[in-house]
Amino acid sequence: MSRPEDTLPPDLFYNDSESRKYTTSSRIQHIQSQMTHRALSLLSLRSPSLILDIGCGSGLSGEILSTFSPETNPGGPHTWIGLDISSSMLAVALEKEVEGDLFLADAGQGVPFRPGTFDAAISISAVQWLCNAESTEESPAGRLSRFFNGLYASLRRGGRAVCQFYPKNDEQKKMVSSAAVRAGFGAGLLEDDPGTKSAKTYLVLTVGGGELDGDITGVVRGMEGVDVMDSRRRTKGRKRGEEAKGSKGWIMRKKEQMERKGKVVKTNSKYTGRKRRIAF
Amino acid sequence: MKLLTLNFLTCARKACKATNAAFPLHPKDAELEIVEVELSPLFVRNILPRVEWEALRTLCQDLGLPQLPATAPEPGELFTPNPSDGVEGEGIEEVGEEGEPTQTLKDLHHVLLETTIREGKLVCGSCGHEYAVKEGIANFLLPSHLV
Ligand SMILES: C[S@@+](CC[C@H](N)C(=O)[O-])C[C@H]1O[C@@H](n2cnc3c(N)ncnc32)[C@H](O)[C@@H]1O
Ligand SMILES: [Zn+2]
Repeated sequence: MSRPEDTLPPDLFYNDSESRKYTTSSRIQHIQSQMTHRALSLLSLRSPSLILDIGCGSGLSGEILSTFSPETNPGGPHTWIGLDISSSMLAVALEKEVEGDLFLADAGQGVPFRPGTFDAAISISAVQWLCNAESTEESPAGRLSRFFNGLYASLRRGGRAVCQFYPKNDEQKKMVSSAAVRAGFGAGLLEDDPGTKSAKTYLVLTVGGGELDGDITGVVRGMEGVDVMDSRRRTKGRKRGEEAKGSKGWIMRKKEQMERKGKVVKTNSKYTGRKRRIAF
Repeated sequence: MKLLTLNFLTCARKACKATNAAFPLHPKDAELEIVEVELSPLFVRNILPRVEWEALRTLCQDLGLPQLPATAPEPGELFTPNPSDGVEGEGIEEVGEEGEPTQTLKDLHHVLLETTIREGKLVCGSCGHEYAVKEGIANFLLPSHLV
């Protein structure tokens, strides 16, 4: 099967007819719902939370988040905010009168919420789209980094995110997960049914520093096929989730703190926190 | 878009992220709509500490909504103190050991979750960019030169 993201940009691929076809297919409904439940169980939310859904589409996941269920959504009902780049998908969501707020937005441009907004985030079958740049001004790596940096900042300390995505190959899997780690997340990859046609990849992300166990291994420990790619080895001796003084993550957090106190801070750039080269 | 959501939203432009004026965004020509949402007392309790109260108060003022108190309600004002000797049955299960939701909690629910912006624009106080809101959906796609 050809990969849709290799054929067209997402907003063109998910046009009116494709969005409708997608949403009404009972096969797709079933698969998306299964993956949403899997993601919810990995998030293990204990009480009604504020959740960001990246690439929310027509709200198939959102409908599950909005519904309390003692078995599959014990912490719910959750309140969610969805971002999607396809206005046709969002139009279908509107028709269905989903409960979440919807934004027409490109996750590759960042996440426009203030720091610490969300308890959790999910993304089902969307992140592989970020591995394509739609113009020459952007690169997949740049888009991934804007996305994960924005996501990291928008989650509260101790928050979690689960992104199910369809990596094209190992290289892409690595590109996505390392972008997340570079943004500051503790990250683990979970594979369901590896090697089969229905293989599913979940990137499980944690933001340290909360009252919850932010340790990624706590989330996926004992699960089969889990690959923990936490960068903790580098941060030995420090508390989990705390960045090295002077690192990019540390500087960004300090800036956030200062901003919150009303101080004007310098705009972050891709050079923020990089060692400066000696100028001659 | 719920007023709750607007209370978390910032300008998407990179140049604005670091400035104070990029939050909150200011509604312009806003058309409001009340959309009923089932009360979730625990959600209101969870989210209240994260709400920027001053921004919410100013917003309500600007939109001509009833005035909010000067400071955010305390957690203790959200539930009645006596859970166990309340009425049997409805409500109790939902709120666990918290007792009944107070009118304050219900008012917060109404302002934050049921009051929505249906049409209009959201303007960044830093760069002046206007984000259009149509049928409750805000357009945050940036032209590439503004990213
Ligand atoms: C396979 S659909 C999944 C939709 C929904 N998550 C679900 O499970 O039903 C992929 C979605 O990702 C969205 N998408 C692709 N690239 C995106 C981007 N850069 N920003 C936001 N959404 C994007 C598409 O428009 C599409 O709605
Ligand atoms: Zn701005």
